[in-house]
Amino acid sequence: MDVQTANGPRSQVNLIGLSRADYRGNPTTLCQGCGHNSISNQIISAAYEVNLEPESVVKFSGIGCSSKSPTYFLNRSFGFNGLHGRMPSLATGALFGDHTLKGLAVSGDGDTASIGMGQFKHAIRRNLRLVYIVENNGVYGLTKGQFSATAEMGLRLKNQGTNPYMPIDIALEALVGNATFVARSFAGDPKQVKELIKAALSHGGISVLDIISPCVTFNNQDSAMHSYTWGKEHEVALHELSFVPPAEEIMIEYGEGEAKEVTMHDGSTVILKKLGKDYDPTNRSEALRVLEEANAQQVLLTGLIYINTEQPSLREIYNITETPLNRLSQERIRPSRESMEMVNGLMF
Amino acid sequence: MSISQPAFNESPVTQPELIINDFSITVATVNGSGSQTSNLTILRALFKMGIPVSGKNLFPSNIQGLPTWYTIRVSKDGYLARREEQEIMVAMNPATFIQDLANVSPGGVFIYPDDITFKIERTDIHTYTMPVKRLVKESEAPSNLRDYIANMVYVGVLSNLLNVDLDKIYSALDFHFKAKTKPIELNFGVVKAAYDWAATNLVKADRFQVAPMNETNDCIMADGNTAAALGAIYGGVQFAAWYPITPATSLAESLNEYLPKLRRDPETEKNTFVVLQAEDELAAIGMAIGAGWSGLRSMTSTSGPGLSLMTEYAGLAYFSEVPVVVWDVQRVGPSTGLPTRTAQGDITFTYFMGHGDTQMIMLLPCSVNECFEFGWKAFDIAERLQTPIFVLSDLDLGMNQWMSNPFTYPDQPMDRGKILWEEDLNKLEKRWGRYQDVDGDGIPYRTVPGNKHPLAPYFTRGTGHDENARYSEDSETWRKLLDRLALKFQTARNYVPKPVVEKMEGARVAIISYGSTEPAIVEARQKLIQQGLKTDFLRLRAVPFTQEVDDFVKDYDRIYVIEMNRDGQMHKLLCMAYPEQTTRLISIAYTDGLPMTARNIGEMILAKEEN
Repeated sequence: MDVQTANGPRSQVNLIGLSRADYRGNPTTLCQGCGHNSISNQIISAAYEVNLEPESVVKFSGIGCSSKSPTYFLNRSFGFNGLHGRMPSLATGALFGDHTLKGLAVSGDGDTASIGMGQFKHAIRRNLRLVYIVENNGVYGLTKGQFSATAEMGLRLKNQGTNPYMPIDIALEALVGNATFVARSFAGDPKQVKELIKAALSHGGISVLDIISPCVTFNNQDSAMHSYTWGKEHEVALHELSFVPPAEEIMIEYGEGEAKEVTMHDGSTVILKKLGKDYDPTNRSEALRVLEEANAQQVLLTGLIYINTEQPSLREIYNITETPLNRLSQERIRPSRESMEMVNGLMF
Repeated sequence: MSISQPAFNESPVTQPELIINDFSITVATVNGSGSQTSNLTILRALFKMGIPVSGKNLFPSNIQGLPTWYTIRVSKDGYLARREEQEIMVAMNPATFIQDLANVSPGGVFIYPDDITFKIERTDIHTYTMPVKRLVKESEAPSNLRDYIANMVYVGVLSNLLNVDLDKIYSALDFHFKAKTKPIELNFGVVKAAYDWAATNLVKADRFQVAPMNETNDCIMADGNTAAALGAIYGGVQFAAWYPITPATSLAESLNEYLPKLRRDPETEKNTFVVLQAEDELAAIGMAIGAGWSGLRSMTSTSGPGLSLMTEYAGLAYFSEVPVVVWDVQRVGPSTGLPTRTAQGDITFTYFMGHGDTQMIMLLPCSVNECFEFGWKAFDIAERLQTPIFVLSDLDLGMNQWMSNPFTYPDQPMDRGKILWEEDLNKLEKRWGRYQDVDGDGIPYRTVPGNKHPLAPYFTRGTGHDENARYSEDSETWRKLLDRLALKFQTARNYVPKPVVEKMEGARVAIISYGSTEPAIVEARQKLIQQGLKTDFLRLRAVPFTQEVDDFVKDYDRIYVIEMNRDGQMHKLLCMAYPEQTTRLISIAYTDGLPMTARNIGEMILAKEEN
């Protein structure tokens, strides 16, 4: 990697010697101003800042505008763009290939909350090691502007009329389904998005990030709950969030009672600086309460809503070998010739 | 079950001499009553006596209370197919009593509990009654077990009437109850009491008997689903995802049973496998495809309805070229159909599974041994060809106990196909591209996640892509990709199992079949010789058809394609592959949920021959 060139200045690299360019993807083909592009950029920044080895990440997505985005970041990672709503199963199987890998999935509100609700909830229940980002804009973009299941009741869309149904709350669904990391953010708040992604990458199980990501083409009326204007006016952050990678010392000092630290699976730390009230993200019933309250008050509550670092991950449940399964030799996966007689003896 | 008049000239039942080791026993019971234990005990005891035997469970889709039948064929000649004739009937179920009575072959035997009071008018059969309730009461079994052990009464009575060795009954119970003394003694106690009661109280008037033989000494008894699971384990299965469905469930459950015994590292006690029960079949195949993509030997198992759900993912795996093995234990469909009855109805569906142009590779096992063999071989073929491999078994093969040869250890090392690791990429002179056809056989090279070489990662997608896995909507690129996949399907002809061909001198007529109909066809061919018709026989073991099939179809005046479905699905695929032979390829497709019989096949062929 180009740490130093003959004439030029030392280009900036992270602790593993990679520059930001090493985390980039192809140019986006989404609309200008799409919230998803902002999220892709924050994925790149977060990966760079936590010194992520691109080859240690596997990207997954389903179908939709959101699901196109994995080609816009981390070109040096493997990726699989699966079926509409069925990405979680693909990730579940793929991550067993090499358990040292981290999954990074991008889905949308249609991909997750409509066609993919079943697989979404079951991936959560299994706690696989996957960062599951939902780029939530309340609308189907790629098919040009139909209501999604997260669209608020009463939303009016061109050619669609008025949405008569109550919305699905993805963060709430994740929490009810026993997700071990639930966060909500807003694409218009890039710093928070980035810090949450960094924390999620350090989580040992599944982390669900419901990121409101306005669709500038089909659902950006000022009054719509998935618009930039509404989000900016109604965002209420639970806390100010900082992430400290395991190798770095905690430089920021907080006074007693002002901040809460959460130690992650890999030894890194998430520091939650209190805003107004003290919020404990390890308390699940409190998390459910604040989400319900935010829905009732029509505010966009953002931040790390819930975290549980105790739950075993899917890999731990299966007690598989230290050597990645996909590197096991024939000798280790084909029983011995001698065992054949024993097996025949087990038959009648 | 119904019975019709025999078409073949069998020996008339009025002859006085004994009929030894050549008849069928049918037991009519209620499902959920524990009769399966009793029936398997008889089957296994006969097998241990060295007599060729086969057993078939004809059961309802229900947990408790509906009629169920179990038929055991005892055949000194080694024929294992189902027969229509039912010489010996044990009628335990009052609800089917009249029907069961009518179905006994003339000269046959009808045994029933003495509390069924029904005046039997038939005089052409021998009847015996058993004091089931009294013997159960005398056994002093706990009241919650009485219904179960009641079925052991007919085991004892039959053993006495037919001369079944009680020691062998004991071994069968010992196996069934995994050497647990208490249930063995309880059940055997009832068998012995019933045996002794029959010895004292019944006067044998019928002519049926068993006698020890030496025909099963080197054999085992197993079902196809267990064999498939064991084959997969010897094939190095590393990931299996599944969803419960009859009749495939026991395949995955066998993986759960045997994998910890065979594939847990003795030192570290760590597993080299993952078996995961998914939320549905679509998730199951999604997981299996994810695992196959990441370099694991990966599989799922299902039946027709599950296969329908898997379709979208199967198409993606075909197009993105992911190795995965799918076992389809076929049952009668469409929809729920007859979930506990057997069929070969998923042939055309599987072949075309997916949208756009797809051609799926199918392996077609006919026996427990082939279930084992294809169990490991399917992974080699899947990884070699980087495509889904469907192994089409069926309920009869998968769930019934079959006498077979012991499983034999794989005779080839694993073929992991064209996979590149870090050191392989370092050695390459030309830059690697995921979908380049370097060797001209349509099969590209692949890398898998975890490969840390900077050039290894690529993006897999269901959208159009070029040779380097980049997104492309270019017409020419698309066309070339589909052509390469077609070429790969041709290459597959060199890797799939070849058919088995059996010839007779001078035959001008031939039979093509596949799968579990084999025992009935073997027997039918012998019977047809007696009718003056010689037949050659090709048993397909895979699609695509190989060179051997190309050659065979040119050789005959008429070729009967026999299969258990309504529409002649394999016949259609053969006609597509060999359009110039369509006038000689004649479909004999028959499905009623029951395994085919030799008599039925013989009659259907003779009827066509007369036309």
